[in-house]
Parts: sequence; structure tokens; C-alpha cells
Amino acid sequence: MYSLETRKLCKSFGALTVADRIDFRLEAGARHALIGPNGAGKTTFVNMLMGALAPSSGEILLGGEQITKLSQSTRVRRGLGRTFQVTSLFRSLSVLDNVALGIAEREGVARRMWRPASRHKEITDEARELLSGLGIADEAGTRVADLAYGKQRLVEIAIALGLKPKVLLLDEPAAGVPSHESQKIMMSLERLPSDIAILMIEHDMDLVFRFARRITVLVQGVVLTEGTPQEIAKDERVHQVYLGEQSHA
Amino acid sequence: MSGYSADPRIRWAEYLPWIAAIAFFFLMPGYLSLGARILIFILFALSLDLILGYAGIVTLGHSAFFGLGAYTAGALGAHTGITDPFAQLAGAAALSALLGLATGAVILRTRALTLLMLTLAITAILLEIANKWTSMTGGADGLAGVKVAPILGLFRFDLYGKTAFFYCLVTLFVGWWVVRRIIYSPYGAMLTGIRENAARMHAIGAPVYWRLVLIYTISATMAGIAGALLTQVNQFVGLNVLGLEPSGDILVMLILGGVGRLYGAFIGPIVYLLAQDYLAKQYPEYWYLGIGALLIVVVLFARGGILGIADVLFRNKKAL
Repeated sequence: MYSLETRKLCKSFGALTVADRIDFRLEAGARHALIGPNGAGKTTFVNMLMGALAPSSGEILLGGEQITKLSQSTRVRRGLGRTFQVTSLFRSLSVLDNVALGIAEREGVARRMWRPASRHKEITDEARELLSGLGIADEAGTRVADLAYGKQRLVEIAIALGLKPKVLLLDEPAAGVPSHESQKIMMSLERLPSDIAILMIEHDMDLVFRFARRITVLVQGVVLTEGTPQEIAKDERVHQVYLGEQSHA
Repeated sequence: MSGYSADPRIRWAEYLPWIAAIAFFFLMPGYLSLGARILIFILFALSLDLILGYAGIVTLGHSAFFGLGAYTAGALGAHTGITDPFAQLAGAAALSALLGLATGAVILRTRALTLLMLTLAITAILLEIANKWTSMTGGADGLAGVKVAPILGLFRFDLYGKTAFFYCLVTLFVGWWVVRRIIYSPYGAMLTGIRENAARMHAIGAPVYWRLVLIYTISATMAGIAGALLTQVNQFVGLNVLGLEPSGDILVMLILGGVGRLYGAFIGPIVYLLAQDYLAKQYPEYWYLGIGALLIVVVLFARGGILGIADVLFRNKKAL
């Protein structure tokens, strides 16, 4: 049984097909990357996995269970977490609040109306611990809007981890981040719990080849090939359609 | 002010409105009717702040609940013989809650301009029903002869407005306490999250739609109670409690005071209704011009409302 699986997943906008019969499998504890040139349909694929976008046809299974028709929030509660390509945070709230919101949702605390939020020590303590693990505990009280972009990306990851996902979808976690900060993000990603299956979408090939144990290449909504980083690096088709001059030895 | 980082303890400044209200009772005995009216509109504004300021639901139809509450209390007092003020409040609260739940469940699937128009449509429909259903509402003449029994069988509504003032003050206090508990709670933090970034709330597993429906229902209940208070205090209810105008007025009051600040809902109605009272006496035909000018000044120069100005002044003073 796979942590996440898609079967013949399709998405069309009128005559334009952006995902064409995608069969994809993510194993337990996987470190998997999804790559492809701009417009390959990677983010569309993630949006379908999360339930932000309804597929035209096909199936999505999480831990062997059908989730194709489930709402986004239900999928999250079943163990599917994500980060966004463009940082999507609660900008006027503190870093701690950003992370606490997710943890409270996971714990079922968020629907409580009486006891003050700050008295839920178990939530704030866990949030601080997560921030500490990502090296941004000092920023807990900082408003997210006042935070450097690289650290905002780490807050994205912290929120996702706060949901204790079984499967984590990282949509370009280092997008827009200077190279010295992307290394910090990479180190944080490498320290993520090994039981979480991770699918990373990334343009930065250094990050991909350093992080992933398997890579799927998507081109124009179709899976071109899948394999280990070494196999992908040697694949001529990948060189032609995607890697171009960036090929890795 | 809400969230997991917020200190929920009551600060000294938060006692001021209540001290001021009690002082007003003793120092301004000739203005207690106006005072009661202000307290009612503070409660109404608080209910609006809950959905607009904290949950980010923009509405031009909040008078639907205020008006329904007002007419429910009126109909109970005038037609059914239910004259106990708390029973009337309960009836108004229940019907307003039902309307909030039913309409919220439909309109909160939409956003932005569509949502705004739907909220307006709901209050417009209720206004037309109230206008046509003359046997129940009195139509354009209004519903007179609303009977309200003494509170707890002891305190009769008097001509000077003493009972009405304290009754409204106590009800407002309860409403404020409930709202304050909610905004400092995890639910309040979650609402702020929805207002800030609903897409992200979906992605952390929050059932955003149902959470909004619930807070909309709570807000509708409070607005209904405020409407019922107005009827009980006046022992009359007219069509001016429904439609765009009262919805716009309460929105203006809240914007004047400061949206999403809890106490903006206190400041706004005070300034608005006092200005209205003064300007209407001085310039009966042009009083709304003064309110309009005040609103323009606040919107242009103090986007956080009057409380926003106070914040800036306080910060500058601390910086000096």
C-alpha cells in the first residue's frame, strides 16, 4: 500500500489538458521530487492532490483510501499537508500564531470558544518546539510580514509540520530564496521525520538531486519518466525536454 | 488582540466604558433615553464587529437580524401577550439565530460583491415583508402598543429611562463578555486566520464555511437581541429598523470607531449618535452632512477609526 497514489488522474480546462492520465505512487517515508519545465502541470497536480482543484477524472488514494471526492480540510485531517509555491501565511499574525493555528486545528482545539487561546499551553509549547527545530524560535513573537522571506518559507514548513502529516507536499520550498538561505531550508528538510512521505516540487536541481531518492518528470501534464536521481540524470529524454544545459553527471 | 500570543487578562482601560456608563447614569439623568439607545447600538455594532472585524464577512444586511429581533419582540408584546422582557429577548434571539443560520448557510458560500449584494437583498426582502404584513407589523405606521412587563416583576420601564438604561447596560455587558471570550479563544484566533488568509485555513484543515456559518449565526443572535432591546425601550417598532439605511448606519458607526478592535464598537456609536443628536438639533435638514464629513475624515486620515488615531497617539507618546 502506498502513502499516496493517483490513478489515471486528468484535468482539463476546456480543450486544454493540463494533467493527462497521471499514475503516480508515493511510498511510505518517500523523498520524492516532481520536476518539469514551466507549465508542466506540477502545481495543478498538487492542487488536485490537496482538493483545491477537482480532477476531471481519475482517482486519488491516501494510505489506500479514496480521497478523490473529499474536501481539502478533510484531506488535511486525514494526513495530507502542503506548503505553497508563493508564501501563503497569516501576515499580520505572529510566527507563533501562524504555527499554533495549524496545531490547534489538528488537535480539535480551534473550534473551542471559551478558554483563552493563550491558555492552551500544549499548543503554544508544541509550536515553539517546532520553530526551535527549524531554527527560528527567536522569531516566535515577530509579525510574519516583518520576517525575511527565507524565514517565511520556514514558517510555511513549520505550519505544515504542525499538522503532523503522513504525506507532505512541498511546492517549491526554496522559491524566491537567496542561495545561502535555501541551504538552511534544505538542511531543515533533511531533518524532517523519516516517517513522513514527502513530495517536493522544485526547480532548483541542486536541491532536487540532494533531497530526492526518486524523481518523477512531468511534461505537458504527462509523466515522461520516473526513476532514481542517477537514472533521471542519464535519461536523454529528460535532457531534451527539461534539463538542457543543467544536466548533472 | 486575539490569538495564541494575546494576553486575555482585562486591562485597566477596559473598565473605563463601564465606569463611564455608571457615571453617565448619575450625572446625566436627563439623557438616559439617549444613553440606552447608544448602549443598544453598541451591542449591534459589537455583533457586526464579530463578523466584519474578526471573520472578514462584509455585509450590508446586518439590519435584517436587528429588524427581525425588533419585530419579534414587538409582535410578542403586542399580539401574543408574552410581555416578559427576557422571554421577548429569547424569542428575538431564537428567530434571529434561525435566520442567521438559514441565510448564512446559503450566502457564505459566496464572497466579495456577490456576498454584499445577497446580504442587502435579505434585509430588503424583510423590509418589504414588514411593510406589507400590516396585521403583524403595522406596516408603514409601525407597531405600537408593545407591552413590556416589569423586569423580574420588579423594575417597570419608566419615562425617564432609568430602568431601560440599566437593562440595556446589563445586556450589553453580557454581550461584550461573550464577544470578548470568543475573540480571545481559539475560535477567535481561527476567525482571524480566516480573515487573513482563508485559502491557508483550508490548507490547515479548517472547515472554513461551517466556522463562518456559526459565527454569522452568533452575530445574528446578538443583533436580534439589540433590535429587541430597541423595541422594548421604545415600546414601538417601525420600518426604519430594516433595509439598507440601518445597515449602513451601523457600518458607519463601526468604521468610525475602528473595525476589528472590540472597543471600536463602543466608540463609534457614541460619536455617531451624539453627533446625530447635536447636529439634528442645530441643523435639522443637514445633520447627515456632518456625519458624512466625519466619516470622510476618518476614512482618509485614520483607517483604523478613532481608536486607530488613539493607537497612533499612544505609540508616538511612548516613542518620545
